[in-house]
Amino acid sequence: MAPTDVAVREQRTSANKQRVVNDFSIQVATVNGSGSQTANLVLLRSILLMGVPVSGKNMFPSNIAGLPTWYTIRASKRGYVGRKKEVDFLVAMNPETAKEDVLTLDAGAAVVYDEPLKLNTLRSDLTFYPVPFDKLVAPVCPDAKLRRLVRNMIYDGILAKLLGIDMQLMEKALNKQLGKKGKAVAMNQGALKAGWDYATANFTKQDPYWIEAMNETAGKILIEGNTAAAIGCMMAGVTVVAWYPITPSSSLCESLISYMKKYRVDKETGKATFAIVQAEDEIASLGMVIGASWAGARAMTATAGPGISLMSEFAGLAYYAESPAVIFDVQRVGPSTGLPTRTAQGDLLSTAFLSHGDTKHIMIIPSSVEECYTMSQEAFDLAEQFQTPIFVMMDLDLGMNNWMSDGFKYPSKPINRGKLLTDDVLKRIGEWGRYKDVDGDGIPYRTIPGDGMPAYFARGSGHNAKGQYSERPDDYVENMDRLARKFETARKFVPRPEIERNPKAKIGFIGYGTSHYATQESRDQLREEMNVETSYFRLRAYPFTDDLVAFIDAHERLYVIEQNRDAQLLQLMKLELTPERVAKLRSVLHYNGLPIDARSISDDVLAQEGFEVAKKTAVRVSAGSAGGE
Amino acid sequence: MATPLKVNRIGLEPQIYKGGKTTLCAGCGHNAISERIIDAFYEMGVDPRHVIKLSGIGCSSKSPAYFLGGSHGFNAVHGRMPSVGTGAMLANKKLIAIGVSGDGDTGAIGIGQFVHLMRRNLPIIYIIEDNGCYGLTKGQFSPTADLGSKLKTGVVNDLPPIDTCALAIELGATFVARSFSGDKKQLLSLLKAALAHRGTVMLDVISPCVTFNDHEGSTKSYAYVKDHDDPLEEVSFVPFFEDITVDYEPGTTQQVTMHDGSKLYLKKLEEDYDPTDKIAALKRLHETARRGEFATGLIYIEPDRDDFLELLNVVDEPLASLPLDRVRPGREALDEIMEALR
Repeated sequence: MAPTDVAVREQRTSANKQRVVNDFSIQVATVNGSGSQTANLVLLRSILLMGVPVSGKNMFPSNIAGLPTWYTIRASKRGYVGRKKEVDFLVAMNPETAKEDVLTLDAGAAVVYDEPLKLNTLRSDLTFYPVPFDKLVAPVCPDAKLRRLVRNMIYDGILAKLLGIDMQLMEKALNKQLGKKGKAVAMNQGALKAGWDYATANFTKQDPYWIEAMNETAGKILIEGNTAAAIGCMMAGVTVVAWYPITPSSSLCESLISYMKKYRVDKETGKATFAIVQAEDEIASLGMVIGASWAGARAMTATAGPGISLMSEFAGLAYYAESPAVIFDVQRVGPSTGLPTRTAQGDLLSTAFLSHGDTKHIMIIPSSVEECYTMSQEAFDLAEQFQTPIFVMMDLDLGMNNWMSDGFKYPSKPINRGKLLTDDVLKRIGEWGRYKDVDGDGIPYRTIPGDGMPAYFARGSGHNAKGQYSERPDDYVENMDRLARKFETARKFVPRPEIERNPKAKIGFIGYGTSHYATQESRDQLREEMNVETSYFRLRAYPFTDDLVAFIDAHERLYVIEQNRDAQLLQLMKLELTPERVAKLRSVLHYNGLPIDARSISDDVLAQEGFEVAKKTAVRVSAGSAGGE
Repeated sequence: MATPLKVNRIGLEPQIYKGGKTTLCAGCGHNAISERIIDAFYEMGVDPRHVIKLSGIGCSSKSPAYFLGGSHGFNAVHGRMPSVGTGAMLANKKLIAIGVSGDGDTGAIGIGQFVHLMRRNLPIIYIIEDNGCYGLTKGQFSPTADLGSKLKTGVVNDLPPIDTCALAIELGATFVARSFSGDKKQLLSLLKAALAHRGTVMLDVISPCVTFNDHEGSTKSYAYVKDHDDPLEEVSFVPFFEDITVDYEPGTTQQVTMHDGSKLYLKKLEEDYDPTDKIAALKRLHETARRGEFATGLIYIEPDRDDFLELLNVVDEPLASLPLDRVRPGREALDEIMEALR
């Protein structure tokens, strides 16, 4: 995307002569459907193979082909993987957006561009590298029809030369990306080399940006959050999956299908130890998950905001009839259809209370791909332990972008199937009632059709402790109070927050999900640039654990950092906190569809703290960013 | 010595197949259907512990509480029983699913899920207790109400009905029948045959609402249905476990062998009718509807098509009870996955 905010960093203008090593961002502007993803992932992986911490973010339109797409790669020796607001190195391949992409760059940035676009006349404070892509691609790709797809690999070769990326590592990354497609590998290698050779023969390095080998990425994997969650679900022993395609969650179920086909088919019989159904809509998806969970399967679905809205009625049924369910919400920008391919944390409030009546739900909130993997497993355990839906609140940034991570660890625990009635339990408790609170924790014992234990009639209508239909006021209240007690019990079992207490800090940051990366970077900025110390509380679940109150009490001011307009987490907190504690809370909100960045947080916090901040907050939106349906 | 109790082929007494006391109106057709379900499951010797009862919302959907008290039940949300039933059968293919819906629960709010259930050929007996009106909300028309049928208040229905049987055949259901709650013999035979079928059974049972839709001018009243019932054949069902041979004159009766070896004998009435001919079935439904009559009996059957679970190629055991070592791949699998991502 053409950079939005342009917060000019003072040191930038004079930095041209100094080398900027492993600390800059590259943006590749292309046309959706032009096959640039391969070139971008090869570039990303080659930097990773150089040992340099790296992250990649795809900003794409809701469209199959033809609309503009931007891919941003950030190299960061300090390991920052959040979005960097400023673009340092632009690769301008899209005639439609090239002009604005160039005009919105900060002074000192570098531009590789398609020569016929003549972008070098636009500004005098940038470094330009014109490349005749069409001329270079013809000899390496005789088939004119394929040129469009191979052409992009040329800029990888150009960048390898200009930035100092080892060509052997880039070829390794290419092989990894294309695997066994021999002909494609050969053609792309040719394009890569053509780019390298052209840059060698024609360019003198004038920009300050360099990639130099480090040793920070040994053993790291590159993975999307959706894929990580899929692996987690498989390891959790999921047996029934029902889903309906919706961006940005589809790839979760699609990668799950491919892993399950590979690892969950009985070798002897060739039969599947799972059933995956593409349902007719999100309503039916959750209905199938509830039916399957009621009948004893570990069942899940994945969706995004519009699907969550549709699931509302069934979510209430699962809450009240007490059926487990695991629901992934890979959040995108709402309301309504919103911006389907952009990221947000906008479903928190509606999901917490999804459905009518006094309904409330447990949500767990991963920040990293590793947590997508581990929390997927926790979600199934919690769903069965509490016999209730568990919402895993991801977002597009986490789910669909590539993140660097340590390899995932094999699960160390068996699965927890919760309170299932057995002969032994029956002996201990005497008389069984489906909704009877035997242990005082609000969690009853359940039976499963076909397990030989007593049957019951699950229903969304009023019922008593025995599961019988009842409209009696005392039965209703007793049951609802027990459900509230169960929710209280959940506070002790949901993932606890990660807390970094800084004894010098009067300010505490509260964040969650993908805001984590920008938040951590902002804390460094505030300390290093302004001597502002902060503590940090990363929320990982709702309901809140008692850590929240303790953290608030230990600080004078709390900034709740969120990627939505209405301060949804802060609103949830208000429901439980005393007015004195609520008075300490402030909001940092970011909701333009792009992942939150550190500079935006720092500027916002400094302004609220009363510092003078040179801030240009006007959001410039590229003309080409209007997507189709 | 006490007199030996009457038991069925698996040694269970009739009492075990009963449910709770009905809270529906006295004379409601739905109660008669519940009784036939009890009879059919008893006579077929189905173990109630392996049965799941499903329903949506409405008078009809209350009825699973009134039969098979020893079976698990799930009274889901309005119009969405098919998805819950689908999930349950995916979890445990050994279960026997019977779903009870109504004409509003199926034809209006639930038409989407009904359509997709029929397409999938999930093993389930799906019964519509069809009275052409919404009883629980005091008698509004439902989508199966006939054109020109009159409400108690005098309001005349001016929209054409949805024929759930024609729709089910069109969508791929493999056992489609229509019956009348007042026809004990036909309904019982169809229910027993339904239990022998593998795949979706769609059984539309006209079941008059004695409180809101049993008056002059209604086309779903007892009197009207009795007068306009047009049985396609005389249905006799012989389960696989009974060694009975039925003698019939050649050309008078069609024999259909069910998936489990049970046999259906369809004695022809009036003219030739072949329920394995999809196009003929649809034609007959349209013809009887044009005459203002109800074609009852077995309308369409396709005994051998793969059901949804066979299509999904799931293991023979219930997915719900697979041990951890069969549902969690080993360390080497995770290592391989991680290596591919490096």
